[in-house]
Amino acid sequence: MTYIAKPRVFHPSLEKNELGLTRRDYEGVMSTLCAGCGHDSVTAALIEAAWELAIPTHRAAKMSGIGCSSKTTAYFMSESHGFNSVHGRMPSVASGANAANRDLVYVGVSGDGDSLSIGLGQLCHAVRRNLNLLYIIENNGVYGLTKGQFSASADMGSKSKRGVPNEQPPIDPARLGLSIGATFVARGFSGDKQQLVPIIKAGIRHPGLALVDVISPCVTFNDHVGSTKSYAYTREHFREAVEAAFVAPKDFVPPAEEIAADIGSAEVRDVRMHDGSVIRFRQVEGDYDATDRDAVYGYLSERQNAGEVPTGLLYVDPESRDLHDVLGTVDRPLWDLPFEELCPGADALDALMENYR
Amino acid sequence: MEPTNVGNPDYYHKVVDCQWACPAHTNVPGYIRLIAQERYDDAYMLNWESNVFPGILGRTCDRPCEPACRRGRVEDKPVAICRLKRVAADLRGDITPRFPEIPKQKNGRKIACVGAGPASLTVARDLMPLGYEVTIFEKNDRPGGLMWTNIPQFRLPPEVLWEEIDYILDMGVDIRYDAPVKSMKWLLEQGFDAIFVGSGAPRGKELRLPGRYETDHIYIGIDWLESVAFGHTNSIEENVLVIGVGNTAMDCCRTSKRIGGTNVKVMARKSKPYFKASPWELEDAEEELVDIVENHSPTEFVVEDGVLRGMKFDIVEWHENDQGRLVSTKLDEAFFPADAVILAIGQESAFPWIEDDAGIEFNKWREAVVDRTTFMSTREGVFFGGDAAWGPENIIWAAEHGHQAAISIHAYCSGEDIRKRPPEHMNLVSAKMGLHEWSYSNDYEYAGRRKMRHVRLEERLGSIETEVEEGFDLEQTLTEVERCLNCDLQTHFTGSLCIECDACIDICPLNCLTITHNGEEAELRTRLLAPAENTEQDIYVSEPLPQTARVMVKDEDLCIHCGLCAERCPTAAWDMRTFDLLKPYAGREEDHPYSGMGIEEMAPGGFVSAAP
Ligand SMILES: Cc1cc2nc3c(=O)[nH]c(=O)nc-3n(C[C@H](O)[C@H](O)[C@H](O)COP(=O)(O)OP(=O)(O)OC[C@H]3O[C@@H](n4cnc5c(N)ncnc54)[C@H](O)[C@@H]3O)c2cc1C
Ligand SMILES: Cc1ncc(C[n+]2csc(CCOP(=O)(O)OP(=O)(O)O)c2C)c(N)n1
Ligand code: SF4
Ligand code: SF4
Ligand code: SF4
Ligand SMILES: [Mg+2]
Repeated sequence: MTYIAKPRVFHPSLEKNELGLTRRDYEGVMSTLCAGCGHDSVTAALIEAAWELAIPTHRAAKMSGIGCSSKTTAYFMSESHGFNSVHGRMPSVASGANAANRDLVYVGVSGDGDSLSIGLGQLCHAVRRNLNLLYIIENNGVYGLTKGQFSASADMGSKSKRGVPNEQPPIDPARLGLSIGATFVARGFSGDKQQLVPIIKAGIRHPGLALVDVISPCVTFNDHVGSTKSYAYTREHFREAVEAAFVAPKDFVPPAEEIAADIGSAEVRDVRMHDGSVIRFRQVEGDYDATDRDAVYGYLSERQNAGEVPTGLLYVDPESRDLHDVLGTVDRPLWDLPFEELCPGADALDALMENYR
Repeated sequence: MEPTNVGNPDYYHKVVDCQWACPAHTNVPGYIRLIAQERYDDAYMLNWESNVFPGILGRTCDRPCEPACRRGRVEDKPVAICRLKRVAADLRGDITPRFPEIPKQKNGRKIACVGAGPASLTVARDLMPLGYEVTIFEKNDRPGGLMWTNIPQFRLPPEVLWEEIDYILDMGVDIRYDAPVKSMKWLLEQGFDAIFVGSGAPRGKELRLPGRYETDHIYIGIDWLESVAFGHTNSIEENVLVIGVGNTAMDCCRTSKRIGGTNVKVMARKSKPYFKASPWELEDAEEELVDIVENHSPTEFVVEDGVLRGMKFDIVEWHENDQGRLVSTKLDEAFFPADAVILAIGQESAFPWIEDDAGIEFNKWREAVVDRTTFMSTREGVFFGGDAAWGPENIIWAAEHGHQAAISIHAYCSGEDIRKRPPEHMNLVSAKMGLHEWSYSNDYEYAGRRKMRHVRLEERLGSIETEVEEGFDLEQTLTEVERCLNCDLQTHFTGSLCIECDACIDICPLNCLTITHNGEEAELRTRLLAPAENTEQDIYVSEPLPQTARVMVKDEDLCIHCGLCAERCPTAAWDMRTFDLLKPYAGREEDHPYSGMGIEEMAPGGFVSAAP
């Protein structure tokens, strides 16, 4: 951690977005994490993505549980709403908030411990509900905050700092998500913002839950030789499955034109989302299809069994419908409904009950 | 790009913008930190070593360091470096015991200096401690050169001048007053082992226009100021025109204001952006109600029956022609009444006392041909420096010329090759004191430059002796020392330690750092997190990094030396290290009495010498 705050002094070339804000306006308080923690880089990627999307900072809510990773919501967008919940309970709190106010942008940040151990059930049901939420798991293979015990994402055989191997099989959040109906699944690496920022942008705009597993090394407890979540290991075994770019509706150019301008580039495929935005995939692996759930699952199993870390915007369901859409709730956020409408009283309830007799 | 070689002292030296810009390479941030620690004697000595006249320069220096200062790029105004130098001088105690010892046993070599200006005085200061016997011939009855004869007392009080000159003369210099050297050939026969010509550029330029010689109310600026300094002139007419707009003009108009000139105008041929005077001198003159009239080109002195009535001017407009040269177009004519005119349009060197057959070659402007590195003329053993070498400069250049000439004279007298210059070295000391502790104050806070307070107008115009500037008070000093960004606290990178975690990149408030693949400099500059557009500032490129073979690139331009990169780096790949330039002086290649001052108590680890 650091004691000197990042001073408010800027490079003269610092750009402004459509709202007239600079990246620095999306920063939060000074990080108290270990120097070199991957989580701080994810924070930087979140700042970049939110700035690029020109999200009004007062129209966003940051949700988290407990862990070093869950602390990171304090380190960006200090003007946004936020709730630092109990361990593993971020999805419940986020569900409640989202139910009451569907108009905010929801950014959930959790850890592998928070989401895959104590909060595993919470995670699964949030995925099933397809809550409109960006759900980032800052995955370091350990419980960082409690001094580095193996977490449920630790790979078999990965060694602890003292050299003891992990002997329990890992939970892979990406394949778990695919198997329970996730509509957006991605994996990134804190050390590669070029890949991570577009994923976060697409995830924020995705209508539903965007599950983003980010390998985010713990410099203090899990960055040694023998660890499978270190910077060096991740770089060595990193494999990009597909390259994705997020294209906002206003910036959309038909792919043919772009290819013409960039001859020799790999094949490009656009997946159009409901709001008119587009995720533009650039093929890296021959016939990879990010909309084919089973094929993606198979690809992940194959590559991971081969010891690789496949990354990219792995899967997206263009037909995704979020919880409000499925439930058919009113467009107006519930908090904004007049009390009489929201709670029409005993007579209305009786009338409703009458229907079921 | 090739990996940057930070083992070459020039690389880090250049990052310390003020020190690099200073002709004498004074360790500015070093003395500023000493002032912050209230160690005024140490701050003074650190200055004295390189610039010889801290009290004088703290008031009068041309300050090339200030336009170069990084703070001016990060905010709008540079650190008030010069004012802080004066603080060190004003608050010092008795530092005489710290001066170098002068050997009783002389080394048998005798050196003659012509003129007792700052150039010759510096030569004497550097050579006396080595056992040389130095004789200075001065044509006036006092030392100091233009510092005494031309810089007015309201800018430079005589006590300050005499005190710092005496530090040198008291080393046992044989100074001869009222002793103009009238013949170089004579001097060559006096048995000196080497001769240093520090006689300045004593001739004021003429303005040969109709009417010039029909009146005795037209004065040559530098001669007129000299006669004011010696007390021969103590008044001037009421309506004064000063021709020219350089620093001499400023001193002439401000002096006039104090001895009778009520209506004083400075007449400039060009327009404001092209004025030669320093901006602060222009400001001071305007504050004293001097009119500065631009775009007026003089054409004629109007004299009736031997009485000066005024001057005629063409009113002109300036524009650049195809070759980029500034040319004027006449718009109109104008007459300005005046009963005195002072010509302040420049100076040139003149050596009527050097015979054509003395073995010293002159160029077509009658300037001596002098080697830029060795300061030797075409005659062996005869060296030039200060304004005498390449025309008028300033005090700090005169001092630096003095240092270099002294190095040459020492080598010459020792029978060594004077072209072989002693190399510069450096020390680099880690500034890390503890987990989050650094040996310097690295908090950046916005703070505007403090303004110097001036004595009230009525009071100051009443006397030529009243010093205008009051010096900094404690609040001003404390703010100003904190404004210094400690550019000598270098960000030192060890690539082999970097794990490419991006922590430094993310934290840097000014986006100085980028990890990317290498490329040619021009192209690489465009690919950085913030484009490196200021090509006067270097970019640092590391060796390939261990994990991805990309490189760490740092744009030095706007780094505020906050140390956050080092603070955030988990592996200490970035470290903050205090850079200390070890500049050689005559006969003292290994001996740097003032280096590391202020650092020795700070860094428990001691000195780490520069890694190649
Ligand atoms: C009006 C004015 C204001 C200035 N203000 C500033 C300022 O604020 N800051 C600044 O940095 N610079 C200033 N300068 C410039 C600065 O004073 C000179 O650049 C500097 O003094 C040059 O030093 P020097 O040792 O080369 O020569 P000088 O200072 O000119 O000294 C030469 C000495 O040699 C003596 N001499 C000459 N010929 C002979 C001879 N034949 N025999 C014996 N003695 C001889 C002269 O009497 C004189 O004492 C100013 C100059 C002028 C004219
Ligand atoms: C109910 C409860 N049980 C246990 C803890 C102790 N605890 C705090 S953080 C943490 C694990 C955090 O791991 P992870 O989510 O991976 O975060 P990291 O610190 O690794 O980023 C645990 C077990 C707690 N705070 N509350
Ligand atoms: S900030 Fe300080 S060290 Fe840096 S250039 Fe300015 S005076 Fe020199
Ligand atoms: S010291 Fe480091 S963090 Fe601070 S401005 Fe310079 S490069 Fe950036
Ligand atoms: S913080 Fe240190 S280890 Fe991390 S990228 Fe920067 S220099 Fe490398
Ligand atoms: Mg964890």
